[in-house]
Amino acid sequence: MNHDKILLAHGGGGSLMADLIAKTILPGVSGKSADKLTDAASVNFAGGDLLMTTDSFVVKPLFFPGGDIGKLAVCGTVNDLAVCGAKPVAMSLSLIIEEGFEFEKLERILKSIGQAAQGANVPIITGDTKVVETGAADGIFINTAAVGEKLEKANLSFDNIKPGDVLIITGTLGDHGMTVLSGQKGLSFRSEMQSDCACLFGIASALVEHLGGAVKFMRDPTRGGLAATANEIAQATGLSIRLDESAIPVKPAVLAAAEMLGMDILNIANEGKILAVVSADVAGEAIEILKADPLGKDSAVIGTVLQVGKSAIVEIRTKIGGSRIVGMPYGRDLPRIC
Amino acid sequence: MRIDRVGRLCGDIEKSCADIGRLIQVMEVCGTHTVALFRLGIRSLLPKNLKLLSGPGCPVCVTEQAYIDTVIELACRDDCIIATYGDMLRVPGRETSLEKLARANIRIVLSADDAVKLAQQHPGKTIVFVAVGFETTTPATAVAIQQAAEFELENFAVLCGHKRVLPAMETLLSGRNDKIDAFLCPGHVSVIIGSDAYRPLAERFKRPCVVAGFEAEQILEGLAEICSQIEKNAPSVGSVYSLAVSPQGNKIAQSLIEKFFEPCDGPWRGLGNIPQGCLKLKSQYGRFDAARRFGLTMEDCPEPAGCLCGQVLCGLLDPAGCPLFGKKCAPDHPVGPCMVSTEGACAAWYKYGPER
Repeated sequence: MNHDKILLAHGGGGSLMADLIAKTILPGVSGKSADKLTDAASVNFAGGDLLMTTDSFVVKPLFFPGGDIGKLAVCGTVNDLAVCGAKPVAMSLSLIIEEGFEFEKLERILKSIGQAAQGANVPIITGDTKVVETGAADGIFINTAAVGEKLEKANLSFDNIKPGDVLIITGTLGDHGMTVLSGQKGLSFRSEMQSDCACLFGIASALVEHLGGAVKFMRDPTRGGLAATANEIAQATGLSIRLDESAIPVKPAVLAAAEMLGMDILNIANEGKILAVVSADVAGEAIEILKADPLGKDSAVIGTVLQVGKSAIVEIRTKIGGSRIVGMPYGRDLPRIC
Repeated sequence: MRIDRVGRLCGDIEKSCADIGRLIQVMEVCGTHTVALFRLGIRSLLPKNLKLLSGPGCPVCVTEQAYIDTVIELACRDDCIIATYGDMLRVPGRETSLEKLARANIRIVLSADDAVKLAQQHPGKTIVFVAVGFETTTPATAVAIQQAAEFELENFAVLCGHKRVLPAMETLLSGRNDKIDAFLCPGHVSVIIGSDAYRPLAERFKRPCVVAGFEAEQILEGLAEICSQIEKNAPSVGSVYSLAVSPQGNKIAQSLIEKFFEPCDGPWRGLGNIPQGCLKLKSQYGRFDAARRFGLTMEDCPEPAGCLCGQVLCGLLDPAGCPLFGKKCAPDHPVGPCMVSTEGACAAWYKYGPER
């Protein structure tokens, strides 16, 4: 489908965004294929494997329960490296600030950037600051980029995924997306929810260090949620995935908020969770390792990789024993009428 | 324990359907039911001869194209702010949609009340509330108008596209699709209108009308009740949602609707003119009518070529039976309205259904 203008939905992490990357961005800049795109790219140089990633942050509201745009800007980029099995070694920070933005807010954001970077043990070594006219940005936009060193034991790739492997999620789904959305909409149940925004290098590296190649693949299900990540795995591997709804951890307040707005919890963004694909024989051990970290205390095995049937699909066994397809989300979920 | 109950209800349904021994077509009127039936995996548990038809109960789907074009026309004016429920954004008009128009004066609201607040915050603009939906959302629009009147807000107006569910059900059975054996009646609408509202319909057409909630057990219980009524040839009104739905409904909400609106004949997208199927603002509240304020008339326009949403909404065709389905028409490039809303039959089939 051709669009002549960019829609908000082009940034939603769904099929429309995948199209934008495959058909417009990649042909424009590199000619690289959109198949098997990962969260960070590897660069070969004399010393070994270096991974690089970048991410921009435009979240609204800037401050939300559980974090703010600053913490998110560090964690998001660290996490893209972490799920690719890399230890972040250095980060850049670019700020695009709207004229009139309060210093008090800027200082709060910078403080949480500092704290998050320190927590993740990654120095911010370079940066850039631009100020644009009122109306040309929404308060502040942040871009971070980081390089990381590949962990020796990490061997993470779509190509390693085989039928019989299991899918593990490191905690409850939808916390970040629903918290931010209800912050935007001023819903009264906001106080019960909190973003899961967190740096995941610790938990990701624990898994890789203990289990090595038995950890096949990791991704943090951000925009588009678990549904998008599971579909990306199915598309890239040509294998099917079956999820088990009763095993998927969700906080009741988050589920209630999603259902009230007519949104599917599987499509909602997370900022502190990893979806890991591991060999079935280490599933128990993996859960133990993850649960040892507070960020992974609700970890659970939530699905299985299957031999492909008619075509590679993601299906879910529902709580009542029925089944249905889990589709790739389109763009952004819109709250429904009633 | 809950799973046991689900199993038992499925067993009851299976037994009734086997005894009836023919194809049974049950229409779920409400879009929320359509989605729940897929999302909960209920469809995969039902016997082959129990067919579910997705009815005209998604307000986005039945909003006529001329109405969307009018909203778009208003959105192009610099003196207006459009306050709309989110799922109206993507509905295609003749040339564009609110989403593609992407103007800053288009605001998503979660309730009519938010639109009134916008009017208070922007005294220099006219806030036009895109008032669509059935009896569930109409009372909220009524309250918004009441507030606007109380606050003497001259910059608040509604573009009334509200519809009434019962006349549409009646029209369906009066010749459009007499193969519908029963209705699974909408939970939310019934909270307002009450389960007794279906009595004339059930008696005149001798069809079971059973109100159900949206949990798996409630839906299955509703279907089991329908099957049992068909098996015993004893069609009547039933409710398995008595916690929320009373026989008389919500009298306060009903009187709010009556205070501000009156029924009129009007078009439903895909179904055509439905006698008494729409609502219009009573003349004494005409000053809040955006169409009147801006001198707008809505002209009928033909459905997009090849679009079979009309047949889908009548339960005459499964979405997958439309030649455009999943090809020319998909959620990222919808042709007809049933593909737009997440609660539209085609979008639900596309998202959850295996037939692609």
